[in-house]
Amino acid sequence: MTDLFSKFDPLIQQRENLLATGVRDPFSLVMEEVKSPTVAVCNGRETILLGTYNYMGMTFDPDVIEAGKKAFDEFGAGTTGSRVLNGTFRDHRDVEEALKEFYAMDHAMVFSTGYQANLGIISTIAGKGDYIILDIDSHASIYDGCKMGDAEVVAFRHNDVEALEKRLKRLPPEAGKLVVLEGVYSMLGDVAPLKEMIRVSKEAGAMVLVDEAHSMGFIGEHGRGVAEEQGVIDDVDFIIGTFSKSVGTVGGFCVSNHPKFEVMRLVCRPYVFTAALPPSVMASSATSIRKLMHGSNKRAHLWENSKTLHKGLRDLGFKLGTETPQSAIIAVIMPDLERGAMMWEALLDNGLYVNLARPPATPAGMTLLRCSLCAEHTSEQVADILKRFAIAGRATGIIS
Amino acid sequence: MTDRQTVFDKVADLIAPFNKKGTELSDATTFQHDLEWDSLTVMDFVAAVEDEFDIIITMNMQAEIETVGQLVDAVIKLGS
Repeated sequence: MTDLFSKFDPLIQQRENLLATGVRDPFSLVMEEVKSPTVAVCNGRETILLGTYNYMGMTFDPDVIEAGKKAFDEFGAGTTGSRVLNGTFRDHRDVEEALKEFYAMDHAMVFSTGYQANLGIISTIAGKGDYIILDIDSHASIYDGCKMGDAEVVAFRHNDVEALEKRLKRLPPEAGKLVVLEGVYSMLGDVAPLKEMIRVSKEAGAMVLVDEAHSMGFIGEHGRGVAEEQGVIDDVDFIIGTFSKSVGTVGGFCVSNHPKFEVMRLVCRPYVFTAALPPSVMASSATSIRKLMHGSNKRAHLWENSKTLHKGLRDLGFKLGTETPQSAIIAVIMPDLERGAMMWEALLDNGLYVNLARPPATPAGMTLLRCSLCAEHTSEQVADILKRFAIAGRATGIIS
Repeated sequence: MTDRQTVFDKVADLIAPFNKKGTELSDATTFQHDLEWDSLTVMDFVAAVEDEFDIIITMNMQAEIETVGQLVDAVIKLGS
């Protein structure tokens, strides 16, 4: 018998080698207690959270929790069914209304996760004979959406407008084209030149989908994302987003002004053939989205945090993923996986949690310590974070 | 009609900067095993080939191309 698991042997070996050096497993952290959006207890120690995507700190917002509790009592624990059968409750409709208000768009469709939103929309709208043109650094959910569909897939170099334009011009003019972009790329926290990319896409007759998972609630005047910030949101055909970041719950969505958008509810398999989210999650999400519409003060504080951390880490001598702070994500580049894991553990021992990211999730084979800031991080916490980075960085020899 | 040897030579020129070990090239040379390229090198190389011949090699096609010879044939087909 051929062991089907033998293909994973190199990965198992890599993991064993890493753990043999004595470091704790970076991918099996447990939070024993969560005290606030920015503090949890890990390994019995109070830890500042700097790797949660909880950008706006909505997880503990009293109104968000209250709305969820009420729906829990009134509608029960779960839906036990698909959105198109028995799984659409009052609050599923309400959260879609909240999204339409938030984005000022005509249609909104809620999926069970952001992953499924990309999977569903991309695989359904780009079919046989159509082309998907995507940034090489796209998220796994975008690649998986391509794999699930029947379109031809064309990749271009990360954030390279000219590479995109060249490829669009080489495609058959009459073919259906979907350009897939992200507002903020989550590994390095860099922002896409959407204005130019959307212009060349439209000139080539392509439809444009932008994943704004990491910008919602934070970037743009109304927190609608990078496309809003760059003044091109009206030219975006589909925006994909998630509730598991700024909104602070779980779920995914697509908003659009396409007049035929509602047909998606009938043809999109990752929407049809899965259970709808629990009503409590929908009620919490709707409340959170409506509060995010008025979050400009929190947005300002989050920008301040991002700038302070970026400058502080640079001044300490760390190598960062971006020259300037472009989002709420700041990536610290590690020399290799071993030292990255050592630094990660040293930070955790000093009461600071960040994400350890490694290939294939990262671009260019990099190992990253990825920090995501929260609007609820106080200025004192950010100063504290920098102190802990200094201690851990010197202890592991990453900085001198 | 493009001469196959001309295309092969051009492809070989494009492989050169990525051919770290100076592996001898033939139709049978594989990108993954003989040249030991990772996905990032493949990406950079594919972009170079696309721009040189003004073609598109979709990811669907890339999955089918394992050897230099297969790439040369694909380039000729796409360019015709």
